[in-house]
Amino acid sequence: MKLLVKGGRVIDPASGRDAVGDVFIADGKIVQGGGTPDRTVDAKGLVVAPGLIDLAARLREPGHEHKATLESEMDAAVAGGVTSLACPPDTDPPLDEPGLVDMLRRRAKALSRARVYPVGALTVKLEGRQLTEMAELAEAGCVAFSQANVPVSDTQVLWRALQYAATFDFPVWLRAEDAWLAKDGVAHDGEVATRLGLAGIPAFAETIALAQLFELVRATGARVHVCRVSSAAGVAMLRRARHDGLPLTCDVGIHHLHLSDMDLGYFDSHCRLEPPLRSQRDREALAAALADGTIDCAVSDHTPVDEDQKLLPFAEAEPGATGLELLLPLALKWGVERKLNLAQTLARVTSAPARVLGVASGRIEPGAPGDLVVFDPQAHWRVSPGELRSQGRNTPFLGVELAGRVRTTIVAGHVVFEA
Amino acid sequence: MQRNPQLNEHGELQHLLSIEGLPREILLKILDTAESFAGVTERDIKKVPLLRGKSVFNLFFEGSTRTRTTFEIAAKRLSADVINLNVAVSSTYKGESLLDTVANLSAMQADIFVVRHGSSGAPFLVARHVKPHEHVINAGDGRHAHPTQGLLDLYTIRHYKKDFGALTVAIVGDVLHSRVARSLIHGLTTFGVPEVRVIGPQTLIPAGAAALGVRVCHSMREGLKGADVVVMLRLQNERMSGALLPSAQEFNKHYGMTAEKLALAKADAIVMHPGPMNRGVEIDSAVADGPHSVILPQVTFGIAVRMAVMSMVVGGA
Repeated sequence: MKLLVKGGRVIDPASGRDAVGDVFIADGKIVQGGGTPDRTVDAKGLVVAPGLIDLAARLREPGHEHKATLESEMDAAVAGGVTSLACPPDTDPPLDEPGLVDMLRRRAKALSRARVYPVGALTVKLEGRQLTEMAELAEAGCVAFSQANVPVSDTQVLWRALQYAATFDFPVWLRAEDAWLAKDGVAHDGEVATRLGLAGIPAFAETIALAQLFELVRATGARVHVCRVSSAAGVAMLRRARHDGLPLTCDVGIHHLHLSDMDLGYFDSHCRLEPPLRSQRDREALAAALADGTIDCAVSDHTPVDEDQKLLPFAEAEPGATGLELLLPLALKWGVERKLNLAQTLARVTSAPARVLGVASGRIEPGAPGDLVVFDPQAHWRVSPGELRSQGRNTPFLGVELAGRVRTTIVAGHVVFEA
Repeated sequence: MQRNPQLNEHGELQHLLSIEGLPREILLKILDTAESFAGVTERDIKKVPLLRGKSVFNLFFEGSTRTRTTFEIAAKRLSADVINLNVAVSSTYKGESLLDTVANLSAMQADIFVVRHGSSGAPFLVARHVKPHEHVINAGDGRHAHPTQGLLDLYTIRHYKKDFGALTVAIVGDVLHSRVARSLIHGLTTFGVPEVRVIGPQTLIPAGAAALGVRVCHSMREGLKGADVVVMLRLQNERMSGALLPSAQEFNKHYGMTAEKLALAKADAIVMHPGPMNRGVEIDSAVADGPHSVILPQVTFGIAVRMAVMSMVVGGA
């Protein structure tokens, strides 16, 4: 099978290349060219980029099939131009046994859309007490280990988990949140939460956890990826820690680049997210840190939620927002606001997450996997339930007009989505 | 941000969800209307026919006797039919959602829903989903708001102090968990009260308090000095000892209102409390029953204020 993507503006964020040209894929890999293609995709007037890599997308299987199914969410992924995604272990049961991971990978493979990289649970049932069989899980296909949104409150366990992971050089992906300080909180502890009478999560719930994590990284040498940093103070600490040479990488949720606690308005449960949306100053610091490289990449933190679970008072509503189909337009919006060129913008959702994941995709060069997205950066569309393929229609951006529409998504040289 | 969900397209009161965001004119109209009803409550026949044929559903997802009773009395004095639903012990325990409960009652032809709920913002959710002719009155939601209490506090202050323009008001105690304090603060700042203070230990003052336009004080000496109005907040039993406070005794010693501490305020200061009181914790009997106390008149005014709100949302006044 040979595929030619013809005449598009080819952007390879890894090399910074940005020029009109053709991309040729043979046997699933990008090749220099030559031969007669079996199929040609006309990309004239469109951008051709590596398919997006999303380090946090919940597919809700197993256990939460009423919220979404693997099928609906994989459709959403490729419709959003996402060709690789890592899924956090907070399924039901959590991804803490090789059998579950194996099943998930097989189901995903059978659907032959995006590539799925399961992230295994760091502790059994995510309870923060007993380590999972990480080596077994890695053999089953887990690319990293994580606690999703459930912090390990016992620092002894966290220390041992990082030691154990470091032994095998397994990456550990953790959100920095002190379990006690975040307990019962539903919003950033500031002016807005005070006004709305919502229980707050202070920014120092993040910085205290970061300080703890940095010390444990120093002690153990574990490779840690910090997930969903949310505060300006957290960003400042990360900047220092990376400057000091700690083996850290970091991501930010795409919503946190655009929204703040002001957007809670009159208790909009779509803005109930984990971590909470913080102040405008925090939002600004996150957007700047993603631009200057303190934060490596942006993720959708895709969390499809039943409508019923959002039609509840703010604190009772289930946290999370659907995001796979918004990752590209929201990344583009961020890039425009930071006055970055397309290659710089796209790097945060392609080559940078590929580096964190340790995969060869996320670039357009001979030998790289033939995963591409063809999109129109100027095409405007209004976010509405009917436009979304994800089973979750829960997004704070409902009704908002965004620029950037995917036309074709290609995985391993196969067209898996066409608009 | 969306249009203020409390007002209709003509800027009139459609629901009463929070004092925050309501224009001064509307607050004034509520107080003036309440004043006109105050006479009714003193008459032999304490009824006016303004809400005749209307149905008021008291929908209490959280226990309360006093607030529910005053709403009931207010509705009955307006000649409305009142249906009390103590949802705390009925359908929600069977797993019915808040909006399903409301939809079912709506099918029984409701005109006003008086909603109390333990979660901040719940009445906003209800207001977004009721029919255009139905009105929602917030009777207390989580820590967020208790607007009719705030209004009756404003009414009481105006009754005794006439002019808001030169007052110093001190609100004492558990501000963190208090919907009463939040509602009153918004009302006082809307009326241009020059100095609103909150007094309490750091553990009971919310992070963003200063942004509400109040001065934060941690000692009674500083906070009560020269106050015209002192509002004592209720301290919930479950918060009297734990991580927020060591004991009720220690709280009482530093922040409980005694005759001695009251002497720091102005000689003609009034003392208010939303009830129910914990005597000997946030307030001593000598003050609660003393000459400065206006705690019982607050209850009486509360009925007139709730009559005013109900008649205004329905459009009868």
